[in-house]
Amino acid sequence: MNVLVCVKQIPDPNVPGKLDPQSKRLVREGVDAVLDPGDEHAVEAALQLVESSGGEATIISMGPPRAMEAIRRALAMGGHRGILITDPGLENSDALSTARAITAAIKGQTYDLIICGTESTDGSSGAVPAQLAELLGLPLLSFAKKLEVADGKARIDRQTDDGYDVVEAPLPAIVTVTGGINEARYPALRGIMQAKNKEVKQMGLQDMGLDGKAGKAALTEEVVEIKPAEARKAGEVVEDKGEGAKRVADFLKELKVI
Amino acid sequence: MAGIWVFAETVDGAPAPVVLELLTKARSLGEVTAVALGPGASKSADALGKYGARKIYVHEDPAFRDILATPAVELLARLIEKDKPDLVLFGMTYDGRDVASRLSARLSTALIANASDVVSKNGGWAIVTPVFGGSLLVTTVPRAKAPTLVLIRPKAVAAEPAASASAPQVETLTDPVESGKPVARVLRREKEKASGPKLEDAAIIVSGGRGLGAPENFKMLDELAAELGAAVGASRAVVDAGWKPYSFQIGQTGKTVKPTVYIAIGISGAMQHTVGMKGAKTIIAINKDPEAPIFKLADLGIVGDVHTIVPQLIQEVRSRKGK
Repeated sequence: MNVLVCVKQIPDPNVPGKLDPQSKRLVREGVDAVLDPGDEHAVEAALQLVESSGGEATIISMGPPRAMEAIRRALAMGGHRGILITDPGLENSDALSTARAITAAIKGQTYDLIICGTESTDGSSGAVPAQLAELLGLPLLSFAKKLEVADGKARIDRQTDDGYDVVEAPLPAIVTVTGGINEARYPALRGIMQAKNKEVKQMGLQDMGLDGKAGKAALTEEVVEIKPAEARKAGEVVEDKGEGAKRVADFLKELKVI
Repeated sequence: MAGIWVFAETVDGAPAPVVLELLTKARSLGEVTAVALGPGASKSADALGKYGARKIYVHEDPAFRDILATPAVELLARLIEKDKPDLVLFGMTYDGRDVASRLSARLSTALIANASDVVSKNGGWAIVTPVFGGSLLVTTVPRAKAPTLVLIRPKAVAAEPAASASAPQVETLTDPVESGKPVARVLRREKEKASGPKLEDAAIIVSGGRGLGAPENFKMLDELAAELGAAVGASRAVVDAGWKPYSFQIGQTGKTVKPTVYIAIGISGAMQHTVGMKGAKTIIAINKDPEAPIFKLADLGIVGDVHTIVPQLIQEVRSRKGK
């Protein structure tokens, strides 16, 4: 069983993000870039499947050249090979261009499953997996908190507002996984060493036959303004010296909650 | 007049709450058409009309209920081709996101997710999206052909019935909606039991995070919530850790709530969380870290140990209620 995992390198989510008001883009300088923690669960899900049923996990990412580090991290976890889509023309791509690029990069290859996180931690639109499914003509099993593959079918527990739905699709299919699906492994030193020698294929717009059809040349939207939201007015912060609970209860009474 | 469509998700024939919010926004932008799909969808027509839909497409094929996204995409693509709306609004829900994203790839149109507002600007659309936990507002304009697809976060707009609503024109469709391609099919639905009010509707929410230290400590939150008649929520960190089911999660990837009072206990206030709760009228935070970002949002913040304060608070609430 061969699995493709889509991953993204993002600015460290533990560092508060900033936007450059001039370029209207994320300030990336001086912020560590990491493999999106949400994607680690996608990598883990893929590794568990290929470990139990054989086959390989291919890691694919699109980003600047340094996104290679995110791929290496996934390879260190146990991924078998990588594909890095990188091209200056793809800078600032929207979701649809990303989906088109991934579609083009894997043309001619077959995967039983494509696994993605539900959404990136930085962009959060969560559009790419469904767009990929549409472009590839595949069923999408989204928001999986449990994934099983048997008899040529994938079956998931799909999160809902008040529980979950059990949903099934024939392979090949695309699955998006939530953080609750598994505990992602930490790369072992041996894995980190091995990852350095694993094959990562680099592809640009020309290699994929996408000149003028993705990235800057095909933007569907443009950011025109960024401004601070109206801030909540700062309240009172007090240290608990035994009166904290009383303060809260007084406040609740004031609010007529009790 | 601009043609504004609303993807009207229904539950047992009633419009989902976000749909009424979408209609309220839509009717301020142009002439509204709602698309209601699935068994029982026709029963939603009155409510949709009351909130501003002038025309309603109804299609009651069970496929819309039993198959994820693809039948809705087939039908919407067909209808959009025929009627050429300018803007299509979806709720940022599980199904809304899947349908809108697939449709954007099918039509090569702009898709803007996580939006809080849409305004008409220079003959086009400007879409506002909160980022970084709602601290910044980004305005995006479409650069692709119509329609522009926008996913609007629940509770971004206050739903209000239209001042004057005439009965909408209902067109019932019966044409086939399955494309023959492989699909994702729902086999069964499971509900997780929750006691007390629903998070989305609760006036008071008691919400817990990693700072509680262990899953069993949620019990004191349940107790506090019971005293206050509140719903219990959770941060993503504790849901990912498996302490609480996903249905409790508040934030970017969970529910958006707007209670009168939000009590954040042991929650640091990561942006992922705050985007889902900063609309609360009053925020109270209890956390041991004085630097926790949640204190920047809180009307009242208590720096201290939740394990001491919460049991005391339960007693304080009880004694005050007793009076």
